[in-house]
Amino acid sequence: MRDVAVIGVGMTKWGELWDKSLRNLFVESALLAIEDAGVEKIDSMVVGCMSSGLFTGQEHLASLLSDYLGRNPIPAARVESACSSGGLAFRQGFLEVASGMSDVVLVGGVEKMTDVTGCEATFALGTAADQEYEGYHGLTFPGLYAMMAVAHMDRYGTTRDQLSMVAAKNHDNGSKNPLAQYPFKVSVEAVNKSVLVADPLRILDCSPITDGAAAVILCPLEAARKAKKPAVRIAGSGHATDTIALASRADLAWLESTRLAADKALAMAGRKVEDMDLFEVHDCFTIAEIMVTEALGLVERGRGGRAVEDGLTALGGKFPVNPSGGLKAKGHPVGATGVAQVVEVVKQLRGEAGERQVKGAERGLTQNMGGTGGSALVHIFEAG
Amino acid sequence: MSGIVGYGASIPRNRIKVEEIAKVWGADAPSYKRGLMLEEKSVPSPDQDTITMSVEASRNALKRAGIDPAEIGAVYVGSESHPYAVKPSGTVLAEALGATPAVHTADLEFACKAGTEGMFIALNLVRSGAVKFGLAVGADTSQGAPGDALEYSAAAGAASFIFGREGLVAEALDTFSYTTDTPDFWRREYMHYPRHGGRFTGDPAYFRHVTGAARGIMDKAKMKPADFDYVIFHQPNGKFPLRVGEMLGFERRQIEPGWLVPKLGNTYSGSSPLGLTATLDIAKPGHMILLVSYGSGAGSDSFIFRVTERIEEVRDLAPKTRDLLDNNKVYLDYGVYVKFRRKIRKAE
Repeated sequence: MRDVAVIGVGMTKWGELWDKSLRNLFVESALLAIEDAGVEKIDSMVVGCMSSGLFTGQEHLASLLSDYLGRNPIPAARVESACSSGGLAFRQGFLEVASGMSDVVLVGGVEKMTDVTGCEATFALGTAADQEYEGYHGLTFPGLYAMMAVAHMDRYGTTRDQLSMVAAKNHDNGSKNPLAQYPFKVSVEAVNKSVLVADPLRILDCSPITDGAAAVILCPLEAARKAKKPAVRIAGSGHATDTIALASRADLAWLESTRLAADKALAMAGRKVEDMDLFEVHDCFTIAEIMVTEALGLVERGRGGRAVEDGLTALGGKFPVNPSGGLKAKGHPVGATGVAQVVEVVKQLRGEAGERQVKGAERGLTQNMGGTGGSALVHIFEAG
Repeated sequence: MSGIVGYGASIPRNRIKVEEIAKVWGADAPSYKRGLMLEEKSVPSPDQDTITMSVEASRNALKRAGIDPAEIGAVYVGSESHPYAVKPSGTVLAEALGATPAVHTADLEFACKAGTEGMFIALNLVRSGAVKFGLAVGADTSQGAPGDALEYSAAAGAASFIFGREGLVAEALDTFSYTTDTPDFWRREYMHYPRHGGRFTGDPAYFRHVTGAARGIMDKAKMKPADFDYVIFHQPNGKFPLRVGEMLGFERRQIEPGWLVPKLGNTYSGSSPLGLTATLDIAKPGHMILLVSYGSGAGSDSFIFRVTERIEEVRDLAPKTRDLLDNNKVYLDYGVYVKFRRKIRKAE
């Protein structure tokens, strides 16, 4: 396998973007990535998108997007793995370059979620759960993560305040990210008092519904050394699956797929998790970030709540988690999230992250998951 | 000079509190009250509809105008809850007032702005000399689907204005309208309840059109927020009119006299017109009033009025709007409310 690098990243402002369509969103970010990389020719394209069919009635997405990007007739594929569609698209792009099949691959992620009502969006997102064993019984994602939160609180004593601290931390970080959907601070008290969605989760525990896209350009590391921006090497890639249905898991308060994907990615990179300078993880709900920090091995099982309370995962802490603001503040256009995490890590390793820059960052990790952890992807990045 | 010669209001006695609705749906009442700045809303009795409220409000307007109803040359009823799909509300109203048969009548519909639409047309017919007096009503028994956010606000009420060229209580100095095709809220034929585009009803809809109409008329009249004693904005909930007032540079004291929504709910076509009646009830001669409506779909009409000496003579000739709002209330529980709103029916 060849070494592969990210040589260009692109992302536009996320939010409730009523005047931008799915194709606009994708093309704008893709053009920024192409410009950032300074490449002319693209050999192939992979796009992560969870549910353009249910959100906008559009399938056959890869060809449509390569057309509007002006890149037909290059090969283009759309990848779906619920909320980890972006992460999986990135892995597919990585494998394509690593294998030698293509030299320059554009990986994009996109989701246009606000063309439908809140109920329709909740239904579309709910298709990432097990329809026969979860969906038909009325479960939605806030409900599923609420059960995980209850299990975690019951077993480990994780507190309401600790959940709120995750949201407050990520909004602190997001307030420094001009592309974030909600670039403002939120207090622990405000989270505690926000509207109850699914006990114990409140509205400010939940990531939002977002329109957005992100794109990156990959090429062999050798070629990347000649690119205009410093190359960022993809040192490790890990991917694992688990049961979609929460009820089939051995442990409601543990994310095994994230643990397995992280182990594989770190082994491939020849690194330990403590070697990482920053982490972009899948905080679709506050409890998710707490559980991910445990599954990645940043803290022991059950200590994720304590970690945020102690400031371990703050921007200035030992393990900065979600300097971008995470899904919570930056937004969560489901198919784009996994790619946007890569965009953030690359900016951090290049020293381009502005106010939220993790000083001297040389290595970073992304963790993206689908559903309640039925799929998980972890990637390791190193400067140079 | 043309303007308002008489005005009147009608508000049903029945109320239902936010807590009572929230209790049924398992919703968090404090967050609805805080989020929408609403406490309760008016509910029509089974025998009250857009026509009966229009008649009551217009009779109050006639008392203040002190004119012969036969001299009214135009009658317009703006509503999105006309009792008949085909058959005008305006003919019933004109007949009840004694304005028939030498009268032009039309029913108007433009979501929450149909009331000011009628006012715009009646005023300009008077201004052109085509009719001596023109009457316009904004009235609604608005619909909110059970459990929908709109159920907390969709209320009932009517406001009526008679326009003329003499005996004015308020001169109409200027008008300006701001309209685009913006589908934020709609109800198709055969649908019982409207649908809305969630937060899309905010920035691109309400705020864009209300600020557009307010700034447009102030530019046209070379006036600024400080030149007005009072301002009335459309009131779909408590928050929007306060926020748009702040965006435009108005102070809360200018908004409050016509800000009825926390205790009234959104009376749709009656909303900003009722705010104007409440403001006229307390205004002094020489006071300047800005009125800006909003209707989904979307558009805003704005008017500048200057209150005349005659206001002092007429304001006590009919019930004042705040009295209708604050006194003589009957609180309904949800069961009676759904019966009154014909959401449940007695067995045949």
